[in-house]
Amino acid sequence: MGVVALFVFSLLYISPGDPAAVIAGDIATAEDIARIRAKLGLDEPYMVRFGNWLWALAHGDLGVSIFTGLPVARLIGQRIEPTVALTLCTLIVTIALAVPVGVVAAWKVGTWIDRSVMGFSVLGFSIPVFVIAYLLIMLFSMQLGWLPVQGYRSINEGWWPFLSHMILPSAALGTVYMALIARITRATMLDVLSQDYIRTAQAKGLSSNQVLLGHALKNASVPIVTVIGIGIALLISGVVVTETVFAIPGIGRLTVDAILRRDYPIIQAVTLLFSGVYVLINLAVDMSYTFLDPRIRY
Amino acid sequence: MKSSIRAMLGAALVVAAALNAAPAAAQKTIKFIPEADLKSLDPIWTTAYITRNHGYMVYDTLFATDAKFQVHPQMVDRYETSKDGLTWTFTLRDGLKFHDGAPVRSADCIASIARWAKRDVLGQKLGEMTESWTVVNDKTFRLKLKKPFAYVLEALGKPSSNVPFILPERLAKTDAFTQVTDPTGSGPFKMVTAEWVPGSKVVYVKNTDYIPRKEAPSWAAGGKVVKVDRVEWLYIPDSATAANAINAGEVDWWQQLPSDLVPLLSKNRDIKIENTDPLGSIGMIRFNHLQPPFNNQKLRQALLYVVNQQDYAIGIAGDPKNGKPCASYFTCGTPLASDAGSAVLSGKRDLEKARRLVKESGYKGEKVVVLDATDQPIVHPQALITTELLKKIGLNAELQAGDWGTLITRRSSKEPVEKGGWSIFHTWWVGPDLATPALNSALRGAGEKAWFGWPNDPEMEKLRDAWFEAPGLAAQKTIAQQMQLRAWTTVPYIPTAQFTIPTAYRTNLSGLLVSPMNLMWNVDKK
Repeated sequence: MGVVALFVFSLLYISPGDPAAVIAGDIATAEDIARIRAKLGLDEPYMVRFGNWLWALAHGDLGVSIFTGLPVARLIGQRIEPTVALTLCTLIVTIALAVPVGVVAAWKVGTWIDRSVMGFSVLGFSIPVFVIAYLLIMLFSMQLGWLPVQGYRSINEGWWPFLSHMILPSAALGTVYMALIARITRATMLDVLSQDYIRTAQAKGLSSNQVLLGHALKNASVPIVTVIGIGIALLISGVVVTETVFAIPGIGRLTVDAILRRDYPIIQAVTLLFSGVYVLINLAVDMSYTFLDPRIRY
Repeated sequence: MKSSIRAMLGAALVVAAALNAAPAAAQKTIKFIPEADLKSLDPIWTTAYITRNHGYMVYDTLFATDAKFQVHPQMVDRYETSKDGLTWTFTLRDGLKFHDGAPVRSADCIASIARWAKRDVLGQKLGEMTESWTVVNDKTFRLKLKKPFAYVLEALGKPSSNVPFILPERLAKTDAFTQVTDPTGSGPFKMVTAEWVPGSKVVYVKNTDYIPRKEAPSWAAGGKVVKVDRVEWLYIPDSATAANAINAGEVDWWQQLPSDLVPLLSKNRDIKIENTDPLGSIGMIRFNHLQPPFNNQKLRQALLYVVNQQDYAIGIAGDPKNGKPCASYFTCGTPLASDAGSAVLSGKRDLEKARRLVKESGYKGEKVVVLDATDQPIVHPQALITTELLKKIGLNAELQAGDWGTLITRRSSKEPVEKGGWSIFHTWWVGPDLATPALNSALRGAGEKAWFGWPNDPEMEKLRDAWFEAPGLAAQKTIAQQMQLRAWTTVPYIPTAQFTIPTAYRTNLSGLLVSPMNLMWNVDKK
């Protein structure tokens, strides 16, 4: 995290762009910009600014947005719910669909079911998230009028308002992820299903469900869980596009807006947050290995 | 079977949506997509037009300009001028209150004007002329000038950024270079700060304590009668999503409709598309006067002979209905606009003359760096067109693409192009900002103290000073024409086109005001 902090701060320091110029606007003179820069402390040397930021961070202070004047913690707090909701909805739906689909494709390898799943996977990988999003909006919002085009409603406003605003974004965002997990599940299951102990289980007269779920899927789960963990990185990058297309006020849009206007405190805080989330996800994935495969010990 | 399942599913979703939507229908709420995200709440700290528009929601002004460019009292009830023109006495209307319930006092007005005068170009001029502001009583205050100044009312009724909005004294005493984050004003709407999600949503409710003037509204002047309970600004950055949202009836009004989406929305009978901005905006090619090659006047003139404003109008606005040539240094459609000397830009384009001027200039093939902001649909087409023209007249032009944030940072560099400097950038100004010599910062010739590009033209500065002394409109027009004639020679910048961006709204809205600013009073919703 420390390395990330140093890296992000340094990158922002050397990147072109000046928030003071953005704030001052088109009519401002160079003197106006210099005065705003001084007020914001942006004219301080690199080490002083980095030191101030680290010191504040160590005290739990993420700083204040240069533009809105609001605390960065509050801005992130406002945006975290939509992003977490979108990510969780997408995760739940995709895992619930992709893993069984991958298992069935492996079980029915070479059949039309398998080919359909593979075809879907190729499409899922190939079509950009925003194209899927627009197609879904066109069909379900504009043609059928079933679901809203854009926006976010908190779960506090009721289940249906919440879900109605989550269905299309989750479907759009989940397509790539579903394709990835289904494909990996199929490949891993094919490998496991060719093992001797599966033949033994079948010879003992176990049902297909017992063989698939009790023996094959459990043994195939380590690579699947690994890919699910890696896929969350994919989800977070996809969240930026999905939040923009569906006008969801989440962390992804906060990040893009902050980058475009050079709102350094937000960029730094969000990057640290994302890197922290990655660390935690990787930790959770590693821990799950010991549960899924008792042979693995740390 | 399949279709009946689909119909059932659809019906279930529609019913569920309707049930959830029912409670919100009790009050009149306008859902509005603004031109940009509201990032800052302080219209003195920033000149951003979105913050200016926010200012018109929550603040009020002492005076305001109408559609005929006449200045009228707004918060002021009456005012008197001494015979020598040096003393101005203003009395506030009865019943003016800030959103926190405190009455608007003379001290609030004086503090607000003092802060504004530190940032605004016309405010600074008024500041130079001012001897003192004094409180007579809570409702009356007095301005004493050092010498007569003809633009006191124009300054206090300035319609565009920075607008002299009135804040409570406790906020107006904030340093002019430090942002005020408390949106307490005395305007017709109150901002609901608890519901503000920067980057997404701003909520305003009707200020029930606001007492509008009796006159009909015209631009920012007249009665500010609020006819709805609540206004939600929903920032939707993706234009396709915004188009879908207004098409589906999820929003009522989209402030700036991109020209490529006009045909799509025109098909919807429930949507009206109109131009509500009578003056539009003006694009410009700005030169770096400090560095070669455009420190050479002949090169700047050379470009003047090949710029075709119609090309820029189409490039920016897409539809010829929304863009037109304006060969004037003062906004076409305003009193000081003229065609004095304009033939150099509006006449027949002359490539040979341009090439001859390049030759006469002694140009040695120096690199010309054109800054581009590909994320700005008004800047990007201008940069592409200009770069082609520069190549056509034989200049070694290089288009350097980046985003708007990079462009506005880089343009402050006074270095040569080899050290990160620049030769040309493009921008645009709203019509009111280029309407007079007082406001048109790009026309100034104050050298290194001038706006980016830094033209040094003492003669232009003298003319500007003379304009401030001019006794009436006729004299002002004469001097403005002299300034324009000089500008066609010295070419501080080249105006590219005057364009408007249409607004789209659903037919359940009525009473939208025609104005260069986006104003939300007088708008009703069925």
